[in-house]
Amino acid sequence: MNLLTWLIVLPALSFFLLLLLPKSMSGNAKYIALGLSLAIFVMSLGLLGPVLANPGAPSFEINEPWIEQPAIRYHIALDGLSLWLVILSTFLTPLCVLISWNHIKDRVKEYYAFLLLLEVGVIGVFASMDLFLFYVFWELTLVPMYFLIGIWGHDRRIYATLKFFLYTMAGSVLMLAAILYLYSLTGTFDYPVIQQLLASGRVALTPHVEALLFFAFFIAFAIKVPLWPLHTWLPDAHVEAPTAGSVMLASVMLKMGTYGIARFCLPLFGGAARQYAGPIAACAIIGIIVGALVAMVQPNMKKLVAYSSVSHLGFVVLGIFSFNQQGLDGAVYQMLNHGVSTGALFMLVGMLYERQHSLEIKSYGGVATVAPHLTTLFLITTLASIGLPLLNNFIGEFLILQGAAIANFNWAVGAAVGVILSACYMLWMFQRAFLGKTPHDVAHHVTEINLREFVAVAPLVILMVWMGTATQTFLPSISGANKIVLEQTRPANVEVAHHNAR
Amino acid sequence: MQQLWLIPLFPLIGFLINGLFGRKLPKSAISLVAVGTVVASFLWVLKTLSAIMPLETPHIETYATWIQSGFVNIPFEFAVDRLTAVMLLVVTGIGSLIHVYATGYMAEEDGYYRFFAYLNLFMFFMLTLVLGNNYLLLFVGWEGVGLCSYLLIGFYYLKNSASTAGNKAFIVNRVGDFGFSLAMFLIVIQFKTLTFQDVMKQAAQVPVEHAVGMMTVICLLLLVGAAGKSAQVPLHVWLPDAMEGPTPVSALIHAATMVTAGVYMTCRSATIFLKAPIAMEAVAIVGLITAVLAATIGMTQWDIKKVFAYSTISQLGYMFLAAGVGAFGPAMWHVVTHAFFKALLFLGAGAVIYSMHHEQDMRHMGGLRKYIPITFGTLACAWIAIAGVPLTSGWFSKEAILGAVYHHSPIMYWIAVLTAMVTAFYVSRSMFLTFFGEFRGAAVPAAGHHGHGDEDDHGHDDHGHAVEKHDDRAHAVAHNAAHDTEPHEAPFVMWGPLAVLAALSIVGGFFDLPHFLEPALPPAEHVAHEAWLEIVGSAAGILGIVIAHIMYVAKPEMPDALTAKLGGLYRLVYDKYRVDEAYDLTIVDPLIGGSRSFLWKGLDAGLIDGMVNGAGSTARLVGGFARWIQTGNMRTYGAWVLVGAVAVLAYLGIGGGVR
Repeated sequence: MNLLTWLIVLPALSFFLLLLLPKSMSGNAKYIALGLSLAIFVMSLGLLGPVLANPGAPSFEINEPWIEQPAIRYHIALDGLSLWLVILSTFLTPLCVLISWNHIKDRVKEYYAFLLLLEVGVIGVFASMDLFLFYVFWELTLVPMYFLIGIWGHDRRIYATLKFFLYTMAGSVLMLAAILYLYSLTGTFDYPVIQQLLASGRVALTPHVEALLFFAFFIAFAIKVPLWPLHTWLPDAHVEAPTAGSVMLASVMLKMGTYGIARFCLPLFGGAARQYAGPIAACAIIGIIVGALVAMVQPNMKKLVAYSSVSHLGFVVLGIFSFNQQGLDGAVYQMLNHGVSTGALFMLVGMLYERQHSLEIKSYGGVATVAPHLTTLFLITTLASIGLPLLNNFIGEFLILQGAAIANFNWAVGAAVGVILSACYMLWMFQRAFLGKTPHDVAHHVTEINLREFVAVAPLVILMVWMGTATQTFLPSISGANKIVLEQTRPANVEVAHHNAR
Repeated sequence: MQQLWLIPLFPLIGFLINGLFGRKLPKSAISLVAVGTVVASFLWVLKTLSAIMPLETPHIETYATWIQSGFVNIPFEFAVDRLTAVMLLVVTGIGSLIHVYATGYMAEEDGYYRFFAYLNLFMFFMLTLVLGNNYLLLFVGWEGVGLCSYLLIGFYYLKNSASTAGNKAFIVNRVGDFGFSLAMFLIVIQFKTLTFQDVMKQAAQVPVEHAVGMMTVICLLLLVGAAGKSAQVPLHVWLPDAMEGPTPVSALIHAATMVTAGVYMTCRSATIFLKAPIAMEAVAIVGLITAVLAATIGMTQWDIKKVFAYSTISQLGYMFLAAGVGAFGPAMWHVVTHAFFKALLFLGAGAVIYSMHHEQDMRHMGGLRKYIPITFGTLACAWIAIAGVPLTSGWFSKEAILGAVYHHSPIMYWIAVLTAMVTAFYVSRSMFLTFFGEFRGAAVPAAGHHGHGDEDDHGHDDHGHAVEKHDDRAHAVAHNAAHDTEPHEAPFVMWGPLAVLAALSIVGGFFDLPHFLEPALPPAEHVAHEAWLEIVGSAAGILGIVIAHIMYVAKPEMPDALTAKLGGLYRLVYDKYRVDEAYDLTIVDPLIGGSRSFLWKGLDAGLIDGMVNGAGSTARLVGGFARWIQTGNMRTYGAWVLVGAVAVLAYLGIGGGVR
């Protein structure tokens, strides 16, 4: 058992521990969950050293047979691409516990148990190097999220969970089919082996088959991202989810999609990925603009933030399909940025909801007067979200747009419109909810942020500044891993053609 | 190493202290921190410059890597050349004066700490803007000053008009930044770097015929950025609304420093611009149109701050005109002299407004020179400077610009001369209305309304209604209680800075700035001075003053008769050519309406969800199945996952996929 395995096992053990907790101790569940998730986070920091030292190569690798026939392996590893996403997951889980502290009164231990089960799933997804194992964890994440929304969600939670479930399953089925097909071709689920076989041309795919397999994976991932026009599950899921559900969904689970694209789609099917980069970038750019425009007219805060996620994740997809270092680095950086700033946004919106019991922007106004600290934190998060320099999102957007401009300048022109629009929808929301005179009921209900809430959000705000200024903490390891991805993405036939030309 | 980083660090510390602890600090401590850090910054600038003069080549300090990805490498790097040196002196020098002034002007405001925290943060970003040695660091300052502008315009956040104006400023600037950032991406593609010296060195070597397309696109995009920040047509609409902010903010940010960033950036990029003659022409034309349009609007406004706001736009147009005809030195010269006299105009207007208890409508003023002679005296210096009375600071820079423009295009020259006359006219008009004639607000001062003059426009006879309007601000009430009904002179902390700026407005032009800047700018062709040009330019200014005197002092009935005769044309200019309305009608409303009814309700909720729900109901089986398994029971669900896994494995076994 290495550290990475522990990081999958411990949350799983915590899950069972919480689930089996006697009813009488239900009140202690949150303390237990907080303690365990904090311990897991601290342990996960141990991942940093080895991966930062050699971000391009797999660290913490374990490759053991799990099931003999068919040959499914317990193959996990970590590199610069997955490292930060794992840390983000372990980092956000305790914050999610904190943010749920008083809000969850019903089936408390199950709630925290599912939060930890979700952690198992997402860490597993980011660590898996075996396609089947990846698929198992991928599906596993659905279970806790399904229950988090379905049990602790708001009024239309059944509709939202069903939509979420159907959308995701539709994609997963395609991906499973593709994984099985690859297995039938190569006789293994082991990702590096398959990648080698395909890249070296020992297992050759016709362009037609390659395209089909690419899209089978890609659509599964694109639904999760979600890439326009496969995004309509997200606003409903967010609106209905409890705060912690929204945070984990936006900050971590959406990244499973973009991570999957960068990790699997590109290296496995580089040719098809390059071939279809144009239409996919078009979808990303449409998503950036349409997501922002629709966010602009949302009366509901969570829907607004959800549509802003569609817009922001469009940037990530665009960066990936720029097929250059800047675009890919920016994309991975932006995955983390979005996790931090949108996570904070959902937390702050959740705090407002706990006070005023409404997500409608028009139920607020003048919050700045009654809750100045909450307002300041919201403002900083807003500014991060709209890409103000020296805060995190700026770095990601700059690199993505630079990468896109290098790939095709028109892409950058289209995507940069989203940067204008993000200021519109965020500042308008901020104005309507926080500025102006305070209506009586807002003054009555909306109280200042308390210490526990502050402790939950402050680390994210600190990270916004950190990631916006000291990018060298994160970027070299991301770059190192992306360099390998880009090398793998160069399709075999291009290399041959290149060779022949010489 | 001269520790350049200390220059922006001082105000940043001030921001952190006042921002984090200001709520609990006494006002004296807040003032000390705010003013002290900016003055420290000013002193450090002086020390640094004295150490690194004569600055024939830039002094560069590299601190750390900021962003590194592939070939893109952007360091935290500050540099000072003569161009930056000038900006540093203007920003910290005038910044210090305005901070001092603001301690008086804002003394009775709530949110005193917040105001100074923002103001210090502005100084930090503005200094980063001028010190940054690459486009991205410049952009950090660029966006940062935009943020502070947003925060300070919306300082009175309880007022909806203030927060709306803040949003407008930010968003319009974002449109400009859209162009700026695209220009940066192209610069990276073309030159593989964003560091100024490297970009300019390469740009200088590029043969014009090879790169003219690329250079033109880059420069036009930079122009979009500059137009946003410096309020040039068609992105000028945010600046008049920005007057919602407290007056010291108008002086510092929206007159003296931030809005000149576009000119600074253009001069910084002079080498690229010189490779793009079409873009240069565009800069000149945008500048000229802006100068003309804004000056004409300035003639018609009643709100004293609005007049100066349009004046600022117009003067910035002059600077762009200068840059566009290749006169980068005179453009920067005008940046500096304008900073003196326009900061003074705004601060003086602030002193007037202060003395009038927050009345801004000039129709309710008049004869004030008797009540507030010091303010009048200092403002008069700014007045003759902007009007271009010979040997004042504004005269020098304006004549330098006009001379250069004449050699580029006589038509542009004559339009610019006419605009100079209009400039002199509208400033004189505001002076005459404010300080001359009879006081028209005798009954009013203590109860003066907020007076954002654009709504009440029924001529001179409506000030009587203002008596009923009560100022709800605490200090106005305090004044009421004291029965302090006469306009009164501002305290020393306010007129002290006015006096310094007045001196600078008069003598500030004797220093030959274009000559000083030569090492920092690409070599310009020297044109022979022609005496008649200066005579025409000076005459235009004096003529403007004389006409204003006739219309507003000698024959005060003339303006009404004239506006009545002009009718629709006057309304059009008075309504600022209805640009805002046109934008609302053609861009904002369709965008919002279309997003709501088409993109959201139509496409997302209608088409896509319709298809999803349709698919859902055809596959009712699946839905029913999902409802059935959704028992809320963990074990049941677990069992289904197991069943699924087994089924998959079974398929693998049977399907022959296994070898």
